[in-house]
Amino acid sequence: MIKKIYFQSIFFSLFFIKEAFAAESGGMPQLNPEFWVSQIFWLILTFSIMYVVLSKLILPKISNNLESRKSQILENIEAAEKQREDSDAKLKEYDEIISKSKLEANSIFNQAREKALKDIGAKREILDKQIDNEIAEAEKEIDALKKNAPDKINKIAIETSSELLQKLIGAEVNNSSISAIVDDLYKRNGDKYYGN
Amino acid sequence: MAANPMSQFDVYRIGPEIKVGAFDISFTNASLFMILSTVSILLIFNLGSKKNSILPNKIQLLAELSYTFVSKMISDTAGSKAKPYFAFIFSLFMFVLFCNMFGMIPYTFTVTSHIIVTFVLAAFIFIGVTVIGFIKHGFGYLKLFVPSGVPAVLLPLIVVIEIISYLSRPISLSVRLFANMMAGHTMMKVFGGFVISLGIVGGWLPLSFSVALTGLEILVAFLQAYVFAILTCIYLNDALNLHH
Repeated sequence: MIKKIYFQSIFFSLFFIKEAFAAESGGMPQLNPEFWVSQIFWLILTFSIMYVVLSKLILPKISNNLESRKSQILENIEAAEKQREDSDAKLKEYDEIISKSKLEANSIFNQAREKALKDIGAKREILDKQIDNEIAEAEKEIDALKKNAPDKINKIAIETSSELLQKLIGAEVNNSSISAIVDDLYKRNGDKYYGN
Repeated sequence: MAANPMSQFDVYRIGPEIKVGAFDISFTNASLFMILSTVSILLIFNLGSKKNSILPNKIQLLAELSYTFVSKMISDTAGSKAKPYFAFIFSLFMFVLFCNMFGMIPYTFTVTSHIIVTFVLAAFIFIGVTVIGFIKHGFGYLKLFVPSGVPAVLLPLIVVIEIISYLSRPISLSVRLFANMMAGHTMMKVFGGFVISLGIVGGWLPLSFSVALTGLEILVAFLQAYVFAILTCIYLNDALNLHH
């Protein structure tokens, strides 16, 4: 309801306003030629002054500013690119150095290991030889001892048997006959007694 | 304040009457606003071009953005050959824009709402473009009126239409700007009058219209300046690069 009254009041007042405007309306001032010459004169004056000042003084400066900024920015970009390339190259160098040193370290390690292995091998050979020699000498000694052993035993047997015979019989027995018996026994049963 | 919506377009003398011969060149409110516009343009762009810092301040940014805006507009529509006319089109655009914008301030006078001002600008552009066309192409410029690929039967008609459309360029150019400015300002004045006469009860609706119209008119003020400049570029393009 209030809304309706509101719009109605607007609608009706439009008529009154139109009446009010119509009373004072005097056509378009634009079509009144009284000040045309003045307007043309002042337009040409102001516009030409503005054109001259803008084209001779201000616009070249602005374009200069823009150009210089553009070139400076381009220069900066170029410098940045150059620096990036430099840093890339340095990074590559660094990587190379690292990989090289890694390889070097590896080779040094391998060399050291080989050397150590060689040393160990050489020492072992020497030791082996020494041991072999010692074993061989010991075996020789044992062999010599083994070869001498029956003779000594025979001698001891002859001596003891001659002494026993002397005590039992009380007479000197010829050593050579005893040794013949011992030799005979040894030849027959020596294996049994000496384990050869 | 007069209630007549047309009274805002009245031109009146400020100071004494100046006469040169039979011509009255008195200083008027129109002259005042022309001078205001040009002075503010020169001031802004002078301030905007004074210092050349890599990081521009606001006014320098404004000047440089306007510069690149207009230069892009010209190179897009008229190509690189139009470069010598850059300063003129820039001045034209800025002059029309500032006159339109000054008109948006209450109690001011809109220079571009007068047909004689816009017509002088348009006529100057028309004559200038025609002269440039004849200098660049000689009588070959008349080929502009003979489009290629038109059947011979239709040719006389087309040529007549082309000539009429060419000759009506200054009229359409000037009337477009003048009528837009006048209509917009008249409408704002009418709605403003409604606010007063309807008072506190009914005045809110026309007031809201007025607010909306103000925004629209600011857009129109920019748009018409742009259209004026871009049409000049298009005419210049016809004269510089004969396409027909």
